[in-house]
Amino acid sequence: MTSDTAPSSRPSGLPSTSYSAAPGPLVDVGTFLGRSLRHSARSIDAMIVAVVLPVLILLVFVYVFGGAMTTGADGADYLTYVVPGVIVLCAAHGAAQTAVGVNRDMTTGMVDRVRSLPVLGSAVLVGHVLASVARNLVSTAVVVGVALLMGFRPVASPPDWLVVAALLALLMAGVSALSAAFGLLVASPEAAGALSFVLLFLPYVSSGFVPPETMPAALRGFAGHQPVTPLIDAVRGLLLGTPVGASPLLAVAWWGGLGLLGVLACGALFRRRAGA
Amino acid sequence: MFTTYTECMAYTVEVEGLRKSFGGKRVLDGIDLRVARGSVAALLGPNGAGKTTTVKILATLLRPDAGRVHVAGWDVRADPAAVRRAISLTGQHATVDEVLTGRENLVMTGRLRHLTKAAARERATALLERFDLVAAADRRVSTYSGGMARRLDIALGLVDEPEVLFLDEPTTGLDPRSRRDVRDSVAELAASGVTVLLTTQYLEEADRLADRVAVLAGGRIAAEGTADELKSLIGGETVQLVLPDAASVEAALTVAGQRGYAARADAETPSVHVPTDGTATGVRELLEAMAGVPVVRVAVHRPTLDDVFLSLTEAAPGTVPA
Repeated sequence: MTSDTAPSSRPSGLPSTSYSAAPGPLVDVGTFLGRSLRHSARSIDAMIVAVVLPVLILLVFVYVFGGAMTTGADGADYLTYVVPGVIVLCAAHGAAQTAVGVNRDMTTGMVDRVRSLPVLGSAVLVGHVLASVARNLVSTAVVVGVALLMGFRPVASPPDWLVVAALLALLMAGVSALSAAFGLLVASPEAAGALSFVLLFLPYVSSGFVPPETMPAALRGFAGHQPVTPLIDAVRGLLLGTPVGASPLLAVAWWGGLGLLGVLACGALFRRRAGA
Repeated sequence: MFTTYTECMAYTVEVEGLRKSFGGKRVLDGIDLRVARGSVAALLGPNGAGKTTTVKILATLLRPDAGRVHVAGWDVRADPAAVRRAISLTGQHATVDEVLTGRENLVMTGRLRHLTKAAARERATALLERFDLVAAADRRVSTYSGGMARRLDIALGLVDEPEVLFLDEPTTGLDPRSRRDVRDSVAELAASGVTVLLTTQYLEEADRLADRVAVLAGGRIAAEGTADELKSLIGGETVQLVLPDAASVEAALTVAGQRGYAARADAETPSVHVPTDGTATGVRELLEAMAGVPVVRVAVHRPTLDDVFLSLTEAAPGTVPA
């Protein structure tokens, strides 16, 4: 952006009125976000998979396992207990798909083309991450809708819902950024796809499906202190009107930190592609 | 629209002593290359010769290990952003977005070049017309043929009317018809005044499109000149005279020697290879000279890239293998 206004920086034959006055990086990010959203809208099948999988998991847990589950002394039914876990699982799993899109751009030469343009190269990654958040907010809303149909009765006030949405968006952004870094790291879109399986299982060993107190000691330690647990606890507390304690702050710390880690990793990996 | 700074330069691409190694393996070993403003230059070489590496360095995608590399007056190491504003790169594989339509690809690239929305749409429409893609403009690129995708790819490079266009193997993997379409597009570009540097494995393509050709071999520019100069270097076309026996091979070589032809006997069959300029007159003169020799059959071989390399690396002009 240093020499944008120098006369010699516009060597093209087009009149200067053809150029946008908006800040370049904003235009770049907006353009890539638009592209990634178009990709999402045109791969309806992928969206359906992203929604159907969590819905199936919800059905299996509530109607297959649910009858055998007792979740604590408060007597809350299992549907109420498990929905926050499924919502988080849906968000994490869907956001992990970012790796596939990023890797595809890497392997098809799209990133090389972008890097030969006078744009902020990392805008392509930011576009992927933002589109992933938008896409997963939609699919998560569908899962919440199904849960409501099944009899899930949250007591959250509108501000509570906003906080839940913000926490989920933070989780999605964090997972998407880490996922984008993973997509830059691995060699093929197939390998990049594997990440979503890891993120499918992380919520299982959390407070999402069963209370950690019912797990063996070693697992309990992990489940109690892994990044997904405070997020699920916060979402559950906010939706059901139970005390949340420090869990929202812990969730923000975890996912803000992990997201930052993802962004830094993306930056380093992206620069590495510039070749030394 | 040229600024004073760029107007005074005779060469749009200037490379001196460019070196690049990957993990200890030297790929470019001191490249010198200059491309005159508004001309079409071809970088000719086999797979693995370093053509793509050279183009990637010129397009700021790779950093050179050593050497001076200037594109459109800017140092690729010191001012990569300025270089990027002046160039456009069309990579070896069509890097168009297959999920988007042709028009969306063009508008997106226009926006990334920071055109206003209106200007980006206007450019898209103009380029779709210019590259004969109007009918397919609003179809997804995944439904395009290889040639159409390539034409779109080249059109994407022209959204901002760059000073320099790098085309890395623009016709590789295309069927003959698409190859011709792409060649026509490049020829048209050249006529419009943009400086083009293209890479190719085909001598014929370099011949048809480029004002000057640089042959890349062993990490160096083995030869540089107009296509005609290169051809004369390797003896134009070779006429093979198939003969009935060894005695007539001797006779043919004697006649050829008397008339000043640098003929040589074929290693396997009773025949001789005679380099000519490839013109009808040249071939007729040769055949008339051979009137006393019982020639069974005549075959004309166009020089191939192999010939160029063999002659350049063996440094034995006139003895061109067929």
